[in-house]
Amino acid sequence: MTANLKADIAAPPKAHKSRVKKELPYYLMASPGVIWLILFSVVPMGGVLMAFQDYIPTKGVLGSPWIGWENFTYLFTMRESMRVIENTVIIAGAKIILNLLVPLAFAILLNEITHVRFKSVVQTVVYLPHFLSWVILASIVINIFGYDGIVNKFFGFFGREPQLFMSEPGMFRQMLVATDVWKEFGYNAVIFLAALAGINPTLYEAAKIDGAGRWRSIWHVTLPGLTATIVLLAALALGNVLNAGFDQVFNLYNPMVYSTGDVIDTWVYRMGLFKLQYSLATTAGLFKSVISFALISVSYLLARRFADYTIF
Amino acid sequence: MKRKASISSNVFNIVNYTIMIILALSCIYPLWYTFCLSVSDKAATGAGLVTIWPIGWNLRSYTEILKDMAFFNSFWISVQRVVLGSAFTLVVSIMLGYALSRDRASFRARNLLMWLLVFCMLFNGGTIPWYTTMRNYGMVDSIWGLVLCGSLPVFNVILMMNFFRNLPKEIEEAAVIDGAGPWRTLVSIVVPCSKPVIATIALFVSVGYWNEFFQGLVLSTTEKYYPLQTYIKQLVVNIPQGVSLSREELIRLTQLSNRGLNASKVFITMIPMLVIYPFLQRYFIAGIMLGSVKE
Repeated sequence: MTANLKADIAAPPKAHKSRVKKELPYYLMASPGVIWLILFSVVPMGGVLMAFQDYIPTKGVLGSPWIGWENFTYLFTMRESMRVIENTVIIAGAKIILNLLVPLAFAILLNEITHVRFKSVVQTVVYLPHFLSWVILASIVINIFGYDGIVNKFFGFFGREPQLFMSEPGMFRQMLVATDVWKEFGYNAVIFLAALAGINPTLYEAAKIDGAGRWRSIWHVTLPGLTATIVLLAALALGNVLNAGFDQVFNLYNPMVYSTGDVIDTWVYRMGLFKLQYSLATTAGLFKSVISFALISVSYLLARRFADYTIF
Repeated sequence: MKRKASISSNVFNIVNYTIMIILALSCIYPLWYTFCLSVSDKAATGAGLVTIWPIGWNLRSYTEILKDMAFFNSFWISVQRVVLGSAFTLVVSIMLGYALSRDRASFRARNLLMWLLVFCMLFNGGTIPWYTTMRNYGMVDSIWGLVLCGSLPVFNVILMMNFFRNLPKEIEEAAVIDGAGPWRTLVSIVVPCSKPVIATIALFVSVGYWNEFFQGLVLSTTEKYYPLQTYIKQLVVNIPQGVSLSREELIRLTQLSNRGLNASKVFITMIPMLVIYPFLQRYFIAGIMLGSVKE
């Protein structure tokens, strides 16, 4: 700033040129990233026009006939797509809530453990699943909950018939939510544990002197200390309402559970890439993108308003 | 009174430790189970007898893998993808992050670019427009497709930018006085001062590339070009898409697959993550905190 000012005073006629010259390195630094972004994020956005067309692959976006909102009307009157949207909201909603509450409970309980070594071992172990892909974890989950997996063996002791957990429409959503919470709770707890470490220990001492037991000090000291974090995470999670997790669903589901387990992303994938219904799949994808965009924007505004959170 | 309190406190402790042990075991068991399957006898795995201990210990699955060129090929594609992708992403993000960390007076396009980045982070055209564009670019069945098609990871650039902004101004000013231009300042002052954040992001990015599934699935059409995750997926798929099966057929299908061999491949795919994550968890924690709480 001061450098610019000096340059302006020293050589007024050349000021503009020297400023461009000064900024040039920054333009050069920014250009690879910006070009990458434009080619691979911005250009594909143009393809959403397919949602308003009867897209014919050989004719391309420019040559295909325009049909206005017809794809949208069709999408929202189709039983199948409405079911898919419903599944998505139910699965994603349950994940949002439990991915907040379970890590919270876990962090509070782990924080009560005084044995330092035990605590750090548990912490290290529980976020292992976060680093493994759903391809890997699904192959394991399918084995464990499979027909002759350990879960059915365990229930077998009590005389229960083996169940096909992953092929049972009435159970599939619960399986999705449970395995997702299991995969992520350790990782999601990290932020709570960091917030817990920031609570002033004298507050606990004061609570103890006032005669508060363990539960009361959790209720009156720990939870209030976490409120800001809880509010922030809840607000930011809002953008995921239509995001049920493609990788997980795709790797765990099968045609027998489409009725309860098929979500927008998997449906778009099958519609677009297998049935080649480009326009319809684009329409569903655009619907998801627009709603998600609106929700994320709102969630950032909320986070900014209530938790002083700014990303930049 | 006091005694009563200590009893309830003991009960709490016992319950709490038990819960923690169960949770920890639940996170280890899947790995252990996979390992057991991979070193057990084929007959035992096929019949579903292996649960918590290997039966008929042998390494036949692993010697069989040595002959499996498709597996190695996919492994190699994934390694290339991680190395190329992480290096490319890091260099590009550092440069962009640094340019964006300047204030508007010294880089006038800054705010405009910032809005572009945030918009691209929050909005996307969806799967199909993305796929048709990538196909037009010739990104199908190419290593560059696997590296580039995810586009710029905007969030990482923002993390980087925030970190650069919070570096003490004095260090950079000293470099400028010594006659260093922006490139020189970036390479010899800013990057060395930012090793922790660069290491964190390098890890996020390489784990991301290793585990990435969707793009690999969509952009590779033949086994020759499969990255490892896609390769593993097609091993595990034993239920044909779009076909309804009876309960009996489904059970038969799961019993037919070569579980031991598949488990050994899954186990090998997990190893890179198992090896790096405990050492680098402190970086990950730093990274999560970087993204979540900003003063």
